[in-house]
Amino acid sequence: MSENYELPLLKVNGIHVYYGAIHAIKGISLEVYEGEIVTLIGANGAGKSTTLNTIAGLLKPRQGTIAFAGMPVDGTAASKMVYKGMSLCPEGRRIFQNMTVKENLEMGAFSRPKEELGASMERVFDLFPRLKEREKQIAGTLSGGEQQMLAMGRALMSKPRLMMLDEPSMGLAPILVEQIFDIIREMNQAGTTILLVEQNAQMALSIANRAYVMETGRISMEGDANDLMHDDNVRKAYLGN
Amino acid sequence: MSFLELLINGLRLGSIYAIIALGYTMVYGIAKMLNFAHGDIIMVGAYIAFCGIQNWGIPPVPSIMLAMLVCTVLGVAIEGLAYRPLRQATSLAVLITAIGMSYLLQNTALMIWGANTKSFPTTFINNSSISVGELTIPSATLITIAVNIVIMVSLTLFTSKTKTGKAMRCVSEDRGAAELMGINVNRTISLTFAIGSALAAIAGVLMCSTIPSLAPTTGSMPGIKAFTAAVVGGIGSIPGAMLGGILLGVVEIFGNYYISTDLGDAIVFAVLIIVLLVKPAGLLGKPMREKV
Repeated sequence: MSENYELPLLKVNGIHVYYGAIHAIKGISLEVYEGEIVTLIGANGAGKSTTLNTIAGLLKPRQGTIAFAGMPVDGTAASKMVYKGMSLCPEGRRIFQNMTVKENLEMGAFSRPKEELGASMERVFDLFPRLKEREKQIAGTLSGGEQQMLAMGRALMSKPRLMMLDEPSMGLAPILVEQIFDIIREMNQAGTTILLVEQNAQMALSIANRAYVMETGRISMEGDANDLMHDDNVRKAYLGN
Repeated sequence: MSFLELLINGLRLGSIYAIIALGYTMVYGIAKMLNFAHGDIIMVGAYIAFCGIQNWGIPPVPSIMLAMLVCTVLGVAIEGLAYRPLRQATSLAVLITAIGMSYLLQNTALMIWGANTKSFPTTFINNSSISVGELTIPSATLITIAVNIVIMVSLTLFTSKTKTGKAMRCVSEDRGAAELMGINVNRTISLTFAIGSALAAIAGVLMCSTIPSLAPTTGSMPGIKAFTAAVVGGIGSIPGAMLGGILLGVVEIFGNYYISTDLGDAIVFAVLIIVLLVKPAGLLGKPMREKV
């Protein structure tokens, strides 16, 4: 983006990722600037989640570089990434089912000093009042929507500069999807940069500043989210009209 | 022997099984592997305590602490050298490595301490006894049961109240998600082996104070029985290990007395089979939940 002279918060440069012999990601480059909402859309199996997992350090790129806040982070263990200010809310939520809501949130703040815990918890409860009501409940007994809120709240507890969300709308009723997207926008307005992976392209493009379209391990299109929403090819392939 | 005396003896043996079972269950819960060398750590712990008291002139309590220290280092070293490189390998490879490690420890003990059975000094645990009416309870029994209770309570508090303990539960539930929280999974697994091995040393001393014969194979049968206890209680569950251990100890003592001494072990394993037929996840185990 030529109008951005500042350094991107996240810069992914030509990464290749393999699952054994399968070449899943074939040279992806993308950038996320501080304060943006960037979305990565595409069909099932395009490699969106793989890209996020690689950025988060769960997978190692065989080629290419990843820089976060100007520092190279490729090859850094996932458990160190959160200390650098990056947080992933993973696909399928992956909350700790046998722990209480409160314990889940506490674990989200594992990387932070103890003194912050109370204030961070309040911040999450402000965004998700429902979690406050269910504080002492075992997470596995929450409804799907509540579990998604918990997963997002947990990811927020580490006070990330960049929050990556993998399919937050998956399996949720349309009314809940809207609620979740409202909260993503709110988190962004509160200062968190967002990288969002979604199959619900319509919703994702409606809240994003910029978007990348992925197809079988490559980026096929990129640009302003609003432009992409009105692009004929994108409409046909991902928006269903 | 009266029924009550048998029950108390069963609780003593069961407490020892429970402490060993904890090591199995914690390692399984967190590293998702069966550490079949765990029984042999017990044996190493007992030998160190034995040498401390008998050969090196160290008082009993520091000897036991030395045994705990040696076992902790040994457990962490085994995990780091033998199991960690196999973190991505199939569970069968890890299982075979654990069995190999078990033989390695037994044969190393054979080289160092010889094949002769050593008579473990039992007098160091105060040889007195307490009489309650008709009943005489050796203080060693009371100590064993008390140690078991203290361990259970502290472990429960540790995993439910401390940050490190909660991190352990996270790793046990979802290793990948735990990493995303910033939890160092390798360090957590090491810590689990450290705790399990230190407990094994305690169990070794308590066991040899009950049955005072010590040989390189001393740890294997109690190890297998404690593993059975962990499975009966529901592997991965700390209260399950406690329940399974006590149950097995009591069943073994009653079986030996009322049915047949020769069948004692068979009865223990029959209990395993029955429990698994009725409740495949163990008494307190959670059935595998389908991920939604």
